[in-house]
Amino acid sequence: MKENVVIIGGGVAGLEAARQLLSLGYMPIVVERKKSLGGHVAQWNRLFPDMTPTKDLMERLIADTAQANIFTETGIRFINRLKDGYNVMLTNGVNIYSKAVLIATGFGLFDARKKEEYGYGVYDHVITNADLEQWFNGKEDNRIPESPQSIGFVHCVGSRDVKSCNSQCSKVCCMTAVKQAIELKEKFPQAEIYCFYMDLRLFGKKYEDFYISAQKDYGIHFIRGRVSEVSERLEGRLQVKSEDTLSGKPLKVGIDLLVLMSGMVARDENSEIASMLRIQTDSDGFLKSRDNIYSIIESERPGIFFAGACTGTKTVPETVAEARAAALEIHNYLSR
Amino acid sequence: MIDFGFKINPSSTLDLDKADLTLYNKLVRMEPEARMCMACGSCSATCMSAEYSGMSVRKVLLALQRGKDVSMMLSNCMLCGKCTMVCPRGINTRHLILSLCRIYDKEGLK
Amino acid sequence: MIHQGKKVIWSDYQKEIPDDHWFYARSCIRQNFFPASEKYFLKITKELLGKAICDNEHHTTCGGIAYHSDTIPQETAMTIIARQFAIMTEAGYENLVVSCITSFGNYNETIETWREFPELEAKIRENLWKACRREFKIPKYVAHASDLIYRFRNEIAEKARYNLIDRHTGQPLKIVEHIGCHYSKMFPHKGFGGAEYPCVLSGMVESWGGQIIDYPERRHCCGYGFRQYHVKANRGYSLSNTYKKFESMEPYHPDAIITNCPGCPYFLDRWQYVISEQTGKTYGQNGYGIPVLTYEELAGLVLGYDPWDLGLQIHQVAVEPLLDKIGIEYDPEAKYLGVNKEDILRPELPTNLKCH
Repeated sequence: MKENVVIIGGGVAGLEAARQLLSLGYMPIVVERKKSLGGHVAQWNRLFPDMTPTKDLMERLIADTAQANIFTETGIRFINRLKDGYNVMLTNGVNIYSKAVLIATGFGLFDARKKEEYGYGVYDHVITNADLEQWFNGKEDNRIPESPQSIGFVHCVGSRDVKSCNSQCSKVCCMTAVKQAIELKEKFPQAEIYCFYMDLRLFGKKYEDFYISAQKDYGIHFIRGRVSEVSERLEGRLQVKSEDTLSGKPLKVGIDLLVLMSGMVARDENSEIASMLRIQTDSDGFLKSRDNIYSIIESERPGIFFAGACTGTKTVPETVAEARAAALEIHNYLSR
Repeated sequence: MIDFGFKINPSSTLDLDKADLTLYNKLVRMEPEARMCMACGSCSATCMSAEYSGMSVRKVLLALQRGKDVSMMLSNCMLCGKCTMVCPRGINTRHLILSLCRIYDKEGLK
Repeated sequence: MIHQGKKVIWSDYQKEIPDDHWFYARSCIRQNFFPASEKYFLKITKELLGKAICDNEHHTTCGGIAYHSDTIPQETAMTIIARQFAIMTEAGYENLVVSCITSFGNYNETIETWREFPELEAKIRENLWKACRREFKIPKYVAHASDLIYRFRNEIAEKARYNLIDRHTGQPLKIVEHIGCHYSKMFPHKGFGGAEYPCVLSGMVESWGGQIIDYPERRHCCGYGFRQYHVKANRGYSLSNTYKKFESMEPYHPDAIITNCPGCPYFLDRWQYVISEQTGKTYGQNGYGIPVLTYEELAGLVLGYDPWDLGLQIHQVAVEPLLDKIGIEYDPEAKYLGVNKEDILRPELPTNLKCH
């Protein structure tokens, strides 16, 4: 009989780890709270830098984990630490003994309503990055006008924002904004598109190429200044204010569609998970790794491992790499 | 008119809806690379004229994108080409300035 | 605009307002600018709603204007506030209701500062004792006077004689609200509705039948800004800020402006005259301005008090167009008759702003 490994979370990290653990000869038990697998990433339409359809990645991950034991719409009721392993009680009444537990609970998406000055949920044409991906996926959204003349992207919504209790950089949003700006320019070639940024953090492979292409081929305007306030004009158009920090002057512009780049934030449930397993959360609210260089995927407790954005903001390739590393580390741990 | 001793101050806000981008759009058609500026400031830092005249290719491109006149700044360029040497985006800034001068000449603006 | 979205935010910013027993702290300038507003606040709360409000003659200015104009240090401002608290304590009250946004901001700022720095509170207590042998308790609740009117807005609506409805068209009157910077920008949770979408004034207007105008520069300062006005060299900034607001609200054709703060209605009212002299521009219909009212004045109007008893003849911008829209009866001949029915003289007329 194959040895069980409990994986909490059925997103990219959990599924990729399950895939690797299957091939290493274990029986991964994936516990997912939601109805469907794939987490936040599954809601996305295409992934940078190759514009890979998310559907392809998801189909592959789900097909490759068909042999795993997967419980959806299931949570963790409690976890007891035994002498050499963990007793995991699920909300569906199933009780599992597992020597190693992989936490792959991912991140939370910042609730853009909290930045009241941007008027998400108040003004007619303010959406988030996640809403836009849903629209790319074919979901109707009457906040998106038929032929917008101007579109704005607000970077760093709820990230790099101490006041929102999220001092961390959300890492993927700069690139997502550039990607989404290009995608919208392709759909609405007549529209002027403005990205309002504090810094452009385009660190990953081909990210800078995207940025150059957004400027040169698509004529997207990058304005260095954080949006301070959004309001609605009589005709329904938004008025967006920021500083044009490169000119050193206040700036305003009429916008027909404003996209807020909601950042990745620590899950509210992290403290609950941490206290259940008697591990720690870090100062940023994410789960605390043993160290942040060599042992990101290890907790301070034997048998408890991490993969993906539960320990900090991550890109998809970083998450995939961590999931594989965690699977291997679990195999090493169980083979001792 | 009554003199109150004070009056409505002109606003310094850049209103992008009212910015006239004719010049910038003409330049971009001739020099698509103009859009690639990332405002690093290398051109201004190395410019022979900048410290005495305020010339800056970065500022020229920004001002054009805000619909402002840049002819005064252009007239201070000595066309030495140093800015082209340092531009990390490989923009041919010297050629760009010449094209801009050509647009100004054609429009009879200068 | 998604009204429901604002309602969600409003529900996050509600505060407890005790039903009764308030100590009233007046504004230092309102009785000159809007002479009947405080009188009618007391009339409405005490006589109409039967609340116990203590109006004590021993209290003073809060020192807010001097504090914000950099002429007294914070410690002095705090000691003045401590004395107000002492008088409230001596009168046997625990709830403080403040008739001024600047004061409301200062009281909150002082209490919050003391909470963070208890040693400063101790020092102010010592200052007060040395200065006038007084002691105080920090109020249990600090409310702005408009918070009480907001709290009782539906009772006022029940007793109202008029609605904020244009009797010629049957449509709700379009009203601009201006809450004043220090109502909730410093402490969003101290104001009804928070700082971005405050509901203290819009709640009144909607209860009394009007429609609120949300225009792009709604959150912008009225233009007073203390030093911007008090220093003549800066006065252009003051005027420019007000001008910016009027330019932004103009396309909505508002019928009136309701305000929260002592300074805001003054500047929104008087600067309309200065703008009209400098640019020839007026913002109301047919050469009139947009009438600017305090919340007590607007409450007084819907309750059917005489506009001249409410002191509306003291305003720069004529209120008659608004009175006519609501259908309020008034005697044009009595406009410049004072409380003793004696002539109080007529103001000089502006060049461009129609005032009669």
